[in-house]
Amino acid sequence: MDLNDTPEQAEYRAKIRAWLDEHKDEAPILQGEGAITDPDEVAREQRKWQAKLAEGGLAGATWPTEYGGQGVGPIESVIINQELQRAGVPNVFDVIGVGMLGPTIIAHGTEEQKDRYLGPMLNGDEVWCQMFSEPAAGSDLAAVQTRAVQQDDGSWKLNGQKVWTTNAQYATYGLMLARTNPEAHKHKGMTMFILPMDAEGVTIRGLRQISGEAEFNEVFLDDVVVDADSVVGGVDNGWGTGLTTLMFERLTIGLGSSSFGYRGRRFAEALGEDEVASRNSEVRHDFGELAAELEAVRWSGYRAISALQGGQIPGPEFGLAKITTVNCAIKAGDLVADVIGPEALAEESEWAYMISFLPGLKSAGGTEEILRNTIGERVLGLPPEPRLDKGVPFSELRAIEKEGAAA
Amino acid sequence: MNLELSDEQEFLREATAGALSRVKTVEEAREALEDEAALTDLWPVAAEAGWLGLLVSEENGGAGLSAYDAMLVAEEAGKVLAGAPLLGTLPASMLMDLGGDDRVAAVAAGETKAAWLPAAPPSSVEDQWTVDPIEGMDRPEAPQAEVKGDEVTFTGTVAWAPDAGEADLLVVVGLDGGSPVAGVVEASADGVTVESGWRYDATRKLGTITLAEATGRKLDVDEDEISRAWYLTQALIAAESVGTVATALETSVEYAKERYTFGRAIGSYQAIKHSLVEIMRRLDNARSLCVYAGYAFADSPAEIPYAAAAARSVAGGALDYAGRQQIQVHGGIGATWEHDAPLYFRRSQLNRRLVGGTSMATDRVAEELFQGRGPVAAV
Repeated sequence: MDLNDTPEQAEYRAKIRAWLDEHKDEAPILQGEGAITDPDEVAREQRKWQAKLAEGGLAGATWPTEYGGQGVGPIESVIINQELQRAGVPNVFDVIGVGMLGPTIIAHGTEEQKDRYLGPMLNGDEVWCQMFSEPAAGSDLAAVQTRAVQQDDGSWKLNGQKVWTTNAQYATYGLMLARTNPEAHKHKGMTMFILPMDAEGVTIRGLRQISGEAEFNEVFLDDVVVDADSVVGGVDNGWGTGLTTLMFERLTIGLGSSSFGYRGRRFAEALGEDEVASRNSEVRHDFGELAAELEAVRWSGYRAISALQGGQIPGPEFGLAKITTVNCAIKAGDLVADVIGPEALAEESEWAYMISFLPGLKSAGGTEEILRNTIGERVLGLPPEPRLDKGVPFSELRAIEKEGAAA
Repeated sequence: MNLELSDEQEFLREATAGALSRVKTVEEAREALEDEAALTDLWPVAAEAGWLGLLVSEENGGAGLSAYDAMLVAEEAGKVLAGAPLLGTLPASMLMDLGGDDRVAAVAAGETKAAWLPAAPPSSVEDQWTVDPIEGMDRPEAPQAEVKGDEVTFTGTVAWAPDAGEADLLVVVGLDGGSPVAGVVEASADGVTVESGWRYDATRKLGTITLAEATGRKLDVDEDEISRAWYLTQALIAAESVGTVATALETSVEYAKERYTFGRAIGSYQAIKHSLVEIMRRLDNARSLCVYAGYAFADSPAEIPYAAAAARSVAGGALDYAGRQQIQVHGGIGATWEHDAPLYFRRSQLNRRLVGGTSMATDRVAEELFQGRGPVAAV
């Protein structure tokens, strides 16, 4: 059992650490004293920092060198994340672009698309957003209804609505899944497009969450026209292209900070300040249980890194760590607030923020129920539930659904 | 970072499974509920396989292996409900080895049986070393001890100690003027009363030991080493539980694929599927914490209490859940002697209450964090 780096990894880590020692003062301060709080300024400063990271080879390190990456493996990317955390500086601003959408374009894009889009994406000049989910296509992503119709000149006309679009307000481009052939089965008739966010007919609206902040957006598309060469990965092949993005999403989340900073010690400090609480057997029991599970998430992460080093790519069981983390953090929030009382719910309190943030996180990146289905079926090999949408053309499926809802 | 098992560890695991496969442990677990004699004595098996000397240094005739290696053996035993003498014997041999008792070579060889009488270290809410009570929530102080030269005399009672009912040598922790001392008392010595038996899970022999001015040899061990024995058993129970949960999950998943209701396999229903994934989630967490405990014993002693307690807490919760869910997935038959599920359930019920119980381990996790200990540097 060895938690240490191999000599090659140690050398890589030293290189990253040396670069960060030299440049970390240039990073924006996002927490604690002197932190910037205005969201637009935060975005601006983080994009500048992303350019710096790209220059040092710390952004998109797993990208091939011809597209500005370092061509290193996932372990090196873990090392970079660890060193950024250690130095207390932020990672790239456009995690979605660099971690998920860029790799999708690298895998499925044309040479022209790669030449045009990857460079500015990597250094933060052009931010990207992911436009997959819709109000009626979340867990069942292949139910996308946004319609793309090809015009006589080869261009495409788009109509529909996307939701949960992080960074849409800062984005130059979006990678968007739309239905191009409603007569095909639901997984077959979709196409992936690159959408310029300043195109005519695109409307972006912030979606306020429980806390009051707007982390996500809704994006409305009314007769938006995009060129024929904005298709990524071929017409009617959007599901396959999208699966690549989702695979990189799993990798990005799995190898990022799987515990989202929710650690036992943070809660121990809050609870321990109250001497009655820290001696109360009910508090000790509830806290001990959730802290032990959060500790397990940390070690599951190490086990995953170790497996990755042995050549195994993380599978859907990664979702277990998310389920554990979110549910333990919810219990921790309840417990800390029970001890502190209503004062914990003051709008500016970190606990109020955490309590507000978690119910949404339970559904983000796959609801708990969908994760349990996926793990049950792909890892434990349990049979799927019977489906009513297999082999039915999408247009008919919609009719069946409408009939069902009306009944 | 490399947390995979080494070739030697894979071999140890396979050899353990092989040795256990020659005994019908699960069948015997059922038969022994009615006839104790149905149980194969696993001491000779343990001796032959070398488990008794796993943690004894090579110069004393042992294998000089790590706590994690011992946990791998416990995990295999847990898979098949084998009541192998591990929980009481391994900490006993460890303390005898550390404390310079030359009888440890015979213990490692299986010629002499030794068991440790569990004593829990104090905390901010429990100001003295305590032992498991015969009944009730009030934990008595560890036996009183009086040291005279190389000898120590103990007075007190320790209940429900694994393996202690059959041991020749008892490794006792007592309090001398409030400080913990450890000594080895012969079970046949004056003042020693041994009550041996089992509760609910017939595979696990338990001893309730009363010492009335019973004298034995003092061990040259310090407080840290004495507390390590407690955490070793916590880690072993965790690992053993992981094995038991793994079998419960495997059996339940198999059944959920084969059993049909309303024209479909029950494993296709979310209610069943999600509960099986819940067993897996708890199992996976427990496994990760067993790795942590193994790491702490080998490389980071300051983390032993936290890591071992966390492993026991989560593994205990996993076993509780799996023990009940295995029955639920199997339906009514799962609650009858027609099935093995009740045997796994019986194991879960006993483990939950053994050596401090799961709840004491959970409390220790909170204790360590409230005292500013817990994880050393996060990697």
